[in-house]
Amino acid sequence: MSGAKDTWRKPPFIANPLLRYGLYGAVLIYFVATMATLPIDWDRVADGMTRAQRIFNGAFPPNFERSGLLIDGFLESLKIAILATVGGVALSVPLAFMAAGNIAIKPVYFLGRAIIIVARSFHPVIVAIIFVKAVGFGPFAGALTLVVYSIGFVAKLLAERIEEIDFGQVEAMRSAGAGFIATLVYAVLPQIMPRLVGLGIYQLDSNLRASAVVGIVGAGGIGATLANAFGRYDYDFALAITMVIVGVILISEAVSGFVRKRIA
Amino acid sequence: MRGRLALVRKTIMLKISKLTKRYGSGDPVLKELDLTVEGDQLTSVIGSSGAGKSTLLRCINRLVEPTSGSIDLNGTEFTTLNRRDLRAARRRIGMVFQGFNLIDRLTVMENVQSGRLGYISTWAALTRRYPRDDIRHAYELMERVGIAHYANKRADELSGGERQRVGVVRALMQRPEILLADEPTASLDPKTSEQIMSLLRDLASELKLPVIINIHNVTEAKEYSDRIVGMRYGRIIFDDLPAKLTTAEMDEIYAGVPAMDRAAVGAAAGAEA
Repeated sequence: MSGAKDTWRKPPFIANPLLRYGLYGAVLIYFVATMATLPIDWDRVADGMTRAQRIFNGAFPPNFERSGLLIDGFLESLKIAILATVGGVALSVPLAFMAAGNIAIKPVYFLGRAIIIVARSFHPVIVAIIFVKAVGFGPFAGALTLVVYSIGFVAKLLAERIEEIDFGQVEAMRSAGAGFIATLVYAVLPQIMPRLVGLGIYQLDSNLRASAVVGIVGAGGIGATLANAFGRYDYDFALAITMVIVGVILISEAVSGFVRKRIA
Repeated sequence: MRGRLALVRKTIMLKISKLTKRYGSGDPVLKELDLTVEGDQLTSVIGSSGAGKSTLLRCINRLVEPTSGSIDLNGTEFTTLNRRDLRAARRRIGMVFQGFNLIDRLTVMENVQSGRLGYISTWAALTRRYPRDDIRHAYELMERVGIAHYANKRADELSGGERQRVGVVRALMQRPEILLADEPTASLDPKTSEQIMSLLRDLASELKLPVIINIHNVTEAKEYSDRIVGMRYGRIIFDDLPAKLTTAEMDEIYAGVPAMDRAAVGAAAGAEA
């Protein structure tokens, strides 16, 4: 077996060497140009460090004296999260069927996809600002925001799950002469149920986290409490709130992870 | 019990004439095919993969839309039915699948009752309030095929042979006039496969039900069928008693693309390249 080659190299990801090195070069040049043109004032960074120092000094030790306010804020966040999850998932199911290419007819499919894309295209904070303008400060704006946020996530992933179903079961229902709704409920829903429950639990956890963020722009819950504490320079109370948020989110992630593992 | 299962009916007849199915612009998968099935015959359709067996079966209840031709079941012309009438007409044709196509996460009873979805209201289907007649019928059929004790088990807990029995009962729940089976034993081991074949043969005669089976296993086809149809490249080239299926006929059926079609295939391949 003479003449057999004894060297081998993994083929490059981009086969064309000109394109490959050109791309590397372009990224490097762009990065250098960005650093050169963005106004980064190192003096201000230094100033910021002392300000941060002052905030942290004011924050220690964390102040739990107003725990009543803290608990109220959290309960409100929890209500927002639960309401938004139930509403969001309930709206996501029909939307997901609309946005599944193997179930819906073309015009319905495009409508469903369009709604999901709109729901996904804005960060919850931006949606919250719009809803606070529309329905005023408070938890209702927060709940509406998170409904939109839930739809963007749950409906999209659920629609993708529907597109992956074993279509043979649908065929079996069709061959028995089943109607459209009965076919969906018998042949599709049982297949996507585990994913639906998993997404719902994950979304509850995710909405709880997001409710703290959207509260900062006035959509109620613990975020509003946190924003108020910052506004009044109560850094010690703000730290207490932040620590509780981290704690609650750790717990909710652990719980939702456990539940999702059990139903999988 | 057998007496109650069997329905008194006139002789059933499925008449397929000049059936053609073409996917896209390629060569047709079915070429002006004629086939008549009647009585309580068990007909096996054999042929190599791609001969059009599965398409033929799926054209009968229009899971696959025929391009042209006629399908007549006891006076109902299937090819011209609108959506609504087609749905009602499909109830008259039971179908059994290679992969069983059961709803894994539902109970055996729900799977069996799903054969009645064309008859009961959507509300009754959603709430699982099945008519008493249907429940009794389901228990009788499940008893007959030996799965009655599994009624509350989830379908994915059953073995392959048991799952296919559920598939058969689901199809029979439709009180069909004809039963189509698309390679019902291809996912089963040889012993289970024979049990399902003999079950289908027995049911055909008990229920006076014509059965059409697509099958790859020629030995089984010869053993259990009253009639064998050999397909090759979208045409029926053999249609006779199992005993008449000689080695020469077999070679012909499984010989690949017939000479008369080779030019067409070559042309199609050339067009694609």
